Amino acid sequence: MLFQPAIIALLLASAVGLLMLLASAPFALRIIARWDIRSGSEAQLALERGTYLLSTVLSFIFTVQLAKLLLFVFTADRLAVMFVGAMCAVGTLNVNEYGFPALLGQILVFFLAAMWLAINHVDAQARDYPLVRIKYWLLLALLPVLAVCFWLEFQYFRGLKANVITSCCGSLFSAEGKGLSGEASAMAAGPAMLLFYPAQLLAVAAAVWQWRRPGRWAAYATALGSAIAFVAAISGILAFVSLYIYEHPHHHCPFCILKSEYAYQGYALYLPLFVAAACGLAVGAIQPFARVVSLQSVIPTVSRRLAALAALGFALFAALASYQVLNSNLILFER
Amino acid sequence: MRIWLEKQLHLIDFTLASLARRKSKNIGLLAVYALLVFALASVGLFANALRSEASFVLASSPEVILQRLVAGRHDLIPPGYLEKIGRIRGVQKQEGRLWGYYYDAVVKANYTFMARPAEEIAPGSIAIGATLARLRGLAPGNVISFRAYGGKLFTFRIASLLSPDAELLSADLVLLAEADFRAFFDYPAGHYTDIALSVANPQEVRNIAGKLSQALPDSRPILREEVLRTYQSMFDWREGIMLTILAGAIFAFIILAWEKAAGLSAEERKEIGILKAIGWETGDVIRMKLWEGLLVSLAAFLIGFIAAYIHVFYCGASLLEPVLKGWSVLYPRFTLIPAVDGMQVASLAFFTIFPYCAAVLVPIWRAAITDPDSVMRA
Amino acid sequence: MIELLAVKKAFNQGRSNEYWALNGIDLRIEAGRVTALRGPSGSGKTTLLTLIGCLARPTSGRVRLKGEDISGLPERFLTEIRRQTFGFIFQQFNLIKGLSALENVILPALPTGRPRRELVARAEALLAQLQLSHRAAARVEWLSGGEQQRVAIARALINDPEVIVADEPTANLDTVLSGEFMVILESLSAAGKTVLLSSHDPLVVESPVVHRVIAMRDGRLVDL
Repeated sequence: MLFQPAIIALLLASAVGLLMLLASAPFALRIIARWDIRSGSEAQLALERGTYLLSTVLSFIFTVQLAKLLLFVFTADRLAVMFVGAMCAVGTLNVNEYGFPALLGQILVFFLAAMWLAINHVDAQARDYPLVRIKYWLLLALLPVLAVCFWLEFQYFRGLKANVITSCCGSLFSAEGKGLSGEASAMAAGPAMLLFYPAQLLAVAAAVWQWRRPGRWAAYATALGSAIAFVAAISGILAFVSLYIYEHPHHHCPFCILKSEYAYQGYALYLPLFVAAACGLAVGAIQPFARVVSLQSVIPTVSRRLAALAALGFALFAALASYQVLNSNLILFER
Repeated sequence: MRIWLEKQLHLIDFTLASLARRKSKNIGLLAVYALLVFALASVGLFANALRSEASFVLASSPEVILQRLVAGRHDLIPPGYLEKIGRIRGVQKQEGRLWGYYYDAVVKANYTFMARPAEEIAPGSIAIGATLARLRGLAPGNVISFRAYGGKLFTFRIASLLSPDAELLSADLVLLAEADFRAFFDYPAGHYTDIALSVANPQEVRNIAGKLSQALPDSRPILREEVLRTYQSMFDWREGIMLTILAGAIFAFIILAWEKAAGLSAEERKEIGILKAIGWETGDVIRMKLWEGLLVSLAAFLIGFIAAYIHVFYCGASLLEPVLKGWSVLYPRFTLIPAVDGMQVASLAFFTIFPYCAAVLVPIWRAAITDPDSVMRA
Repeated sequence: MIELLAVKKAFNQGRSNEYWALNGIDLRIEAGRVTALRGPSGSGKTTLLTLIGCLARPTSGRVRLKGEDISGLPERFLTEIRRQTFGFIFQQFNLIKGLSALENVILPALPTGRPRRELVARAEALLAQLQLSHRAAARVEWLSGGEQQRVAIARALINDPEVIVADEPTANLDTVLSGEFMVILESLSAAGKTVLLSSHDPLVVESPVVHRVIAMRDGRLVDL
């Protein structure tokens, strides 16, 4: 393992998040077993007060997760110097087989936490807290996910040893490369655009539909559209957006755009993308409970707001990506 | 949305007022917090500045350096080696280098003597690093004498001072003409210390190194990227060691933060009870307290970070120098090039704000669940 | 307006020092009237006020506010109802030290997110009504007892509640100030507020301002 401050910070943060959730597990079990909203007993009051702690803890983990995601990519990028052949974060993440799974795990935890918080939010607006048990079951389900992510991250950092020959973005994301990332960028810019724009459009359309007329189909369409648009967006960044930003026909790297050399343009792209995808997925996460009596007026309101955010986010993302493509000096297609 | 914003502003207002009301309690915490940020930021900024200093220096050094080994020890390059390498594709330039160490008994420090071609340094004159000049009180045009290891006295005229941009690594450097170098150290003619090769394409470096080892089996190629990596890991390692030592401080701070947050005075407890009774919700109190934590964190972070910045870049990190630098007797007294990178600020924020928030979370909640009817039952 | 059905409240439930502060209360409180709870200390007056004022939940039984059952509501919603419907005047005034009178008055309105300018204007109007304009900027610990109580009254009124709940309001006041308080109470009642107070001060319970007196002992209502 490399003895690096940022690595220690990352592992520490993951460990603390995991421990916090682990410490709240017994409480979650108690809620599942003993919750009785009708009762005014002191035990029930104590349970209700405990729920405040858990939502605060989860919001905390969620915020930390977002910061961690950035720090993780940042760290990987800076460590690139330590590995032969690695020139940016991609190379570092490829040093061992845990790198990319660890990154994907972080993204997954981020989205799952966002969905849980959405469910928590609607539940807290209904006077009878109808989703309390479901919520805490879900929280318990989140625990192993967090544990696995911590394990992946730990394995990854433990396996980091300087001087291992790795591929860098030049080879991993070049057309000969194998694996998912290779395939995505092996897709020529043309077809990638044909996937990219319809997917964004679909997500925006579904979200606008849900915003105009909230309903079951529209909600699930929004969630599905968001998921597809997120994947399409990442493939699009790999396949052509990054090329235009780097103004280099073979530099397919999703991380270098976060660097100062490229004026931090990556943040402008990823921020709306992640917010939009989180909101879109959250719309789907709360929809199954729309029929609960006390939530009938709450869910459409919240759902509409989330859908509006998702639509705005995806639209903004697509617009920014297009702007970067149009403003680039790189010419991939002859007119 | 506007209501939400307005509400947060109200909460911040209230928080600021209550922070101001309990100045003495909060100033203590703020001071300790800022001190912690200061210590951590100083280490981080200093290590980072050294790192960028090193890569700055290495950027202009040759991609590959070839040394000859005899019985596993570094030895002189005998005549004819340069020719033996011959032409390797991808090598732009190859030259023999001459350098060595000289111990100056006057200031009890080691200098690095390095020969340069006659076009750069005229025979009889030298160029020296700024630190050395300061130490011996020299200026361009002055004359200085060194007693060679052979016992003979040599006198040189200072032609120029080296650029102070990369003072760390040029601090102890003395550049002189090749003929002077050979005469001073009594260096055998035709021999070199090592061979430097310039390679344009970074992808080629490893192939060329391979070819060199084949052509000259008794030689060892040293790659610039490897040196850079070694420097990086050395600085990282030192930084890590410092942080581990400081981890004790972080831990102590977490306990302090927990205790400060948990140990509410009777008055504060009553205040929260009043707020709850007159219509504040548990969530409102938690939010108010989180704002308090955030404001304290930000203030401490800013104070500590700015102080560390000044300490490292304007005061030469006087408190840390011996620990993090110190591989040479000749301490360069220089101002580092201010270098701050986002990742560093981010990880620093992580190291300080995150533990603080994690520590105060539970005490905040404990305080916030005060019974709303407690003020009436008292 | 407020209805209580078989309301009981226990403290330290399930422990050896379990204590039933209220032991089955059935009560109906009419809107727009001044009702006083009277009884010795420990009779459960204050506990009853906390249940009616949504500060606490009954251990069993029902509390209805305007026909809606609020006894099972989680704290989050009780707080919302409390903020909109009730204004509290406490025995110890319970002002926050170090803040000005005006800041204290607007405290209950902060979680509503109403713009500050609006709140300050409303608070100034209330303080003017209570002849306290000149003390608005003064810290509350510099005010006299009577002034402090008037600040507390203004604070109770900032969210324009329908019901004013006062717990032993005259316990810390002398006769003159108590008289002044009763005058203020009368004006509140005249303005259409429902007032609910607990007291064992004869000056209060025998005052003509009070429309109805309810006597309590040992956590139960007793007939006079």
